[in-house]
Amino acid sequence: MTFVSILYGLLFWAATLILIGGVAVKVRQYWNTPAPLKIPTTPAPITQGGVVWRMFREVVFFQSLFRSNKTLWLFAFLFHISLWLVLIRHSRYFVGMNDLLVFLQPFGRYAGFTMVLGLAGLWARRFLVDRVRYISAPSDHLMLALLIAIGMSGLMMSFVTHTDVTQVKAFFGGMLTFGFFGEAGLPAEPIVLVHLLLVALLMIIFPISKLMHAPGIFFSPTRNQVDNPREKRHVSGWALELERQGKNYLDELKK
Amino acid sequence: MADYEVPKLTGEGYCDVPAVRDDVMKGKGPYIAKPDFQTALHFPADFDAAGSLVPNWKERALDKMADLKGRYRSLQVFLDICVKCGACTDKCHYFIGTSDAKNMPVARQDLLRKVYRRYFTFAGKYFPKLVGATDLTEEVLADWYNYYHQCSQCRRCSVFCPYGIDTAEISMAAREILDHVGYGQKYCNEIIGKVFKIGNNLGLPGPALFDTVEGLEEDVEMDTGIKVRFPLDEDGAEVLLVTPSADFFAEPHIDGLIGYAKVFHETGVTWTMSTIASEAGNFGMFIGSYETMRRVSLRVREAAIKHKVKRIVFGECGHAWRVAYSFLNTLAGPFDFLDQRYPIPQHILEFTWSHIQAGNLQIDKTENDDKVLTFHDSCNVARGSRMGDYPGGQFDIPRNVIRAVCNNFVDMPADTIHDATFCCGGGGGLLTDDLMEIRVKGIQPRAEALKHVTTHNGVTHMAAICAICKSQFTKVLPYYGFTMDQIVSVHQLVSNALVLQRQVSVQARPDDEDGDED
Repeated sequence: MTFVSILYGLLFWAATLILIGGVAVKVRQYWNTPAPLKIPTTPAPITQGGVVWRMFREVVFFQSLFRSNKTLWLFAFLFHISLWLVLIRHSRYFVGMNDLLVFLQPFGRYAGFTMVLGLAGLWARRFLVDRVRYISAPSDHLMLALLIAIGMSGLMMSFVTHTDVTQVKAFFGGMLTFGFFGEAGLPAEPIVLVHLLLVALLMIIFPISKLMHAPGIFFSPTRNQVDNPREKRHVSGWALELERQGKNYLDELKK
Repeated sequence: MADYEVPKLTGEGYCDVPAVRDDVMKGKGPYIAKPDFQTALHFPADFDAAGSLVPNWKERALDKMADLKGRYRSLQVFLDICVKCGACTDKCHYFIGTSDAKNMPVARQDLLRKVYRRYFTFAGKYFPKLVGATDLTEEVLADWYNYYHQCSQCRRCSVFCPYGIDTAEISMAAREILDHVGYGQKYCNEIIGKVFKIGNNLGLPGPALFDTVEGLEEDVEMDTGIKVRFPLDEDGAEVLLVTPSADFFAEPHIDGLIGYAKVFHETGVTWTMSTIASEAGNFGMFIGSYETMRRVSLRVREAAIKHKVKRIVFGECGHAWRVAYSFLNTLAGPFDFLDQRYPIPQHILEFTWSHIQAGNLQIDKTENDDKVLTFHDSCNVARGSRMGDYPGGQFDIPRNVIRAVCNNFVDMPADTIHDATFCCGGGGGLLTDDLMEIRVKGIQPRAEALKHVTTHNGVTHMAAICAICKSQFTKVLPYYGFTMDQIVSVHQLVSNALVLQRQVSVQARPDDEDGDED
């Protein structure tokens, strides 16, 4: 096994740890921060089931975005749905093949193209639409560049250089079973190493970047609250303390 | 006169999205509150005069930001998850009207977000340039003060954001931070001070209110020959009516109040207004202060208990209805001492509509035949509250009432009504003369939609259900060639069409000699 393989093994261990740990820390923060007022954007569902349905439509179909801007919706939806297909296809590096995965392989294979197409559209907007150009920071451009590079390098392996996927699978299988990266390590091809390096980078920046929109949307009070303030009293802990102690201001409260 | 250009209307019904320009609306912002006003609201007042900052302002601003993002999930989540997709960029009426880049919702949020990133996130601490993070400086603070007072907290951006990010939440937080470093807004804070001291936004003391309602009773009697009561501080009434203080004297607000009185009179439901809660508006929301908003709301509870009422009904007022509908139970509940068979609180339009449906009101629609009506959905009613028992009732009930009392009704274009409605341009603490330019420019999308229906559908009048909308429209629409009297209250229309059947009020005047009560 090569030095590079060990390095990559360690890198992926670290990246996985940072991704999971980092997201967990942020999600815990969102979970623990109170929402003291009912602020759903109305008209809003009046039942919990209705909220689940609203969130489903937002997360799966990007309903609000569709209403807002059809071009943007098209590129965004194309990218995200393709990314899901690609991710599902990639699960074959971690689990055994099954009928569903076999069925989805060709879709996942070509979804790489639509993913890059969607990303290209999103990136083009950052140059072409003056309003979007104004609000874009360098990191907004780099994030798209990174995703496009991941997509392109992946497509290269699928359609041009043809990497030894069984060897890659053995490498990640080894990682999962603490078998230390498989017997043969990673295929010594630059394109594999580039692809994996970029993916590790993406995993590392996930919890400290706007990519947190993925778990974050589930905590958005304007979308996840039930519209029932008249029927059910909603009070946060810190506000209830004002009532208990009969005070008007938080700085008058006794601890 | 104005040193800016009033936008031209095309009558097409929509406004073109302008090209982004820098610093069109850069400025000092509205007048800053002096220390006395801040003291009255329990804000720090250790600064010399309006315009100077408190000592250690930077540290205290950042401490307040940390405090707020720890107490409001909305703020913490919204600061983190914006992806800068740009979906909101063309949705704000102030951006459409001014073309100032910082009036795009995301850019407005970023004024705060870039500071949050600098001091509270890994990327902003170590790679500020990369993620657009900046230090908190006096210039940044001045930008906050200026541009967070060019947001009417109307929530239109939040409708179109894929994550529901609500700029109102951000601008409320920013205003609360500003209030803690000496940059309070004079208009809002002076008014809230009046509420605490006198009982309402306009500073009308009890005796003046008694005079007003007495005058109204005389006016309506002259007009109809019937003694319609306008009860004030009358204990034991069924309903406590809480209404914006503008309803007591401003036009066309007062015609709405006359409408409520006639409806109560006809239904035989006893009611009272209160000198304790002689104001429905709650400017505590504008400045983002939960504590202030709660203190203002508790007056309503106090009045309900003191007057021993069974129900609370709110008059026509947009932001007031959001605070009442969405927050009153939270801030001043539980209301277990009221009649649980009715919504708590109830909107006057819910009240009137239920009686129209029950057939309790005799209506002569031809009384409004001189008008062709359209209806302006108030932003905070449309996107921050509800009426009735199903989502979207806030759009149907006002229209149902208008259709029940008028023969001619036409809606404005679809992307300017319901939850896509445009703010009047004066909400959220902007209804002050020192913000005239932003008010004139911000009304453009609404004016354009109104122009469309006046040109193509013969609309003559626009009905509104908010004290701020009515004031803003009557003052600013004339800049666009409309006249003041084209704005009407919904209950003014009800008042016109209602044929009074009941000759004698069920509520005797307390000082009447033949009165059998009190």
